Amino acid sequence: MMKNRTVKGPESGSRRQPAKLWQLRLYVAGQTPKSLAAFSNLKKICESHLNGRYRIEVIDLVEQPQLSKGDQILAIPTLVRKLPQPVRKIIGDLSDTNRVLVGLDLRADD
Amino acid sequence: MPKCPTGIQGLDEITGGGLPRGRPTLVCGGAGCGKTLLAAEFLVRGAAQFCEPGVFMSFEETDAELKANVASLGFDLASLVRRKKIVLDYVHIERSEIHETGEYDLEGLFVRLNHAIDSIGARRVVLDTLEALFAGLPNEAILRAELRRLFRWLKDKAVTAVITAERGREQLTRHGLEEYVSDCVILLDHRINDQIATRHLRVVKYRGAMHGTNEFPFLIGDDGLSVLPITSLGLNHKVSNERISTGIPRLDAMLGSRGFFRGSSILLTGTPGTGKTSVGASFAQAVARRGDRVLFFSFEESPNQIIRNMHSIGLRLEPLVQRGLLRFHAARPTLCGLEMHLATMFKEIVEFQPAVVVVDPITSLLTAGTDSETKGMVTRLIDFLKGGQVTSFFTSLTHGGQALQQSEIAMSSLMDSWLLLQDFEGNGERNRLLYVLKARGMAHSNQVREFLISNRGIDLMDVYIGPSGVLTGASRAAQTAREKAEALASQQEAARRKRELQRKRAALERQIGGLRSEHEAGSEELRRIDEQVGLQTRLLTTERTELGRLRHADVPVAAGARGKPKPKKRK
Repeated sequence: MMKNRTVKGPESGSRRQPAKLWQLRLYVAGQTPKSLAAFSNLKKICESHLNGRYRIEVIDLVEQPQLSKGDQILAIPTLVRKLPQPVRKIIGDLSDTNRVLVGLDLRADD
Repeated sequence: MPKCPTGIQGLDEITGGGLPRGRPTLVCGGAGCGKTLLAAEFLVRGAAQFCEPGVFMSFEETDAELKANVASLGFDLASLVRRKKIVLDYVHIERSEIHETGEYDLEGLFVRLNHAIDSIGARRVVLDTLEALFAGLPNEAILRAELRRLFRWLKDKAVTAVITAERGREQLTRHGLEEYVSDCVILLDHRINDQIATRHLRVVKYRGAMHGTNEFPFLIGDDGLSVLPITSLGLNHKVSNERISTGIPRLDAMLGSRGFFRGSSILLTGTPGTGKTSVGASFAQAVARRGDRVLFFSFEESPNQIIRNMHSIGLRLEPLVQRGLLRFHAARPTLCGLEMHLATMFKEIVEFQPAVVVVDPITSLLTAGTDSETKGMVTRLIDFLKGGQVTSFFTSLTHGGQALQQSEIAMSSLMDSWLLLQDFEGNGERNRLLYVLKARGMAHSNQVREFLISNRGIDLMDVYIGPSGVLTGASRAAQTAREKAEALASQQEAARRKRELQRKRAALERQIGGLRSEHEAGSEELRRIDEQVGLQTRLLTTERTELGRLRHADVPVAAGARGKPKPKKRK
């Protein structure tokens, strides 16, 4: 269902940040409840706050363990905001929406 | 319990073969104790010596830093990594980058470690240090649960793991990791005593196995860690009947005519300036000249200085150094702790394989540790040397004013032979005396000898023992001269008396001659008198006869004839 795929948000022209595309990477290890929860939480947040300006890449470390090194992944699930810079890491199942928004620096957009 | 050898000198001895195989071992200690090095050496030796590939997961040092650090111990980590014997994995955690938003676990770490282990078939794993996780991850409850799972997982994976941790204030580790690792806990310690730091290692816990429980000094040398176990000492070394000359013929003579036993330990004590180093150097030269190797540990002088100084007393050490028969190792006693010295000495001895080791002076090392430490060290050193049939010669400095024997009690019992050099002051000069205090297993002289150092080397002289006591040096010379003079004087006196007697005799003889001539003169006189008397008598008779004749006396005067008898008138 969510194996290493890229989820693109629906195309939409943002008025304030037209060129800003959010690149998010979600690291999971197998389809654990936490992973699934994280993925659905992330989609929810992105849809309500990023309005299509995002791309989510899901990496399953069970299948691609060598990828854990690049982003220094320890905790699962970990969400990495690759773009915009700087890189941010959010760990956990993203159930605490407020903290996710703070972590992603999306608070200002509210 | 199967063991996994670490290959670290001494550690395998203490633990009876190594760390518990297939289980995690906790190595804890304060900053700068050598935790990372111990872990790295375990891994590198495992890969290089025991064909057990390993994974080094570092939470503190990057791959490059780690390679550089380990290279300083002579391990080529980079090559092992290239040959896929070792995987280095640097885990970087930056708390400021991490936001916690709900439930999580450390599966990422597991996956990563698992991947690293499987990629080279690792049998050994090092986690250095896990406690960085506590700084990086805010939720301690999750972390603890995950660590517990990690150790369980490592066991299931059947890898021998070394986990390092910082020493805590009240417990072994700052975050109580010892709760999770229950099989083997090793504590490292870096203590400073009198400004000299010494590292210690202690096996706090080793489930299911005998292990040395003492604190063992260890050090980090050029080729890794070495732990110095005292427990391996025993009194069962072989002994030799072979004797080796001291290089001083008369000293040999004092030691049952043949010198020291090979493999024995010799102590030479003396006050400052009594020539201890000279005796040591002389011994070293004699041994090296016979073609045996000598290792000279100097804790006071530099090798060049010794060579120069010994040159002045006729010892030529330089050619022996060049021929590789004599090696100097000079170090200031305060350079490092006692254990470091000891380990360096061990290493040098193992490397050079000498027949004789000279330590000049052993007392300098006293400043590098306490009395009991020094004794322990000397015991270990002597034991080590005796085990290898190496003759050891220690000089020991005693301070003036102290009882000579008393200050050496700690060491003397370890020594087979004990020579004493002593200052003897009197008549405005100092002289040196040498005597053999003890020499186990040989008939040795009980005599005190005068110890002379000249530009031709060392010699021993008989001291003068006479009615006025023991005399040495100038007094001895003076006494000898005096005796000579006295002998001469008495000779002269005798000659004089002889001459006088002869003179007297001659005079007597002359007297006798005079008397004899007098006597002769007397007898002559006597004879002359006799003759005279005879003559006179004859003359008288003749005269009377003549007179008578003149008076015409009757020749035969008739009886009763008147007048005086008159000479007969003869006709």
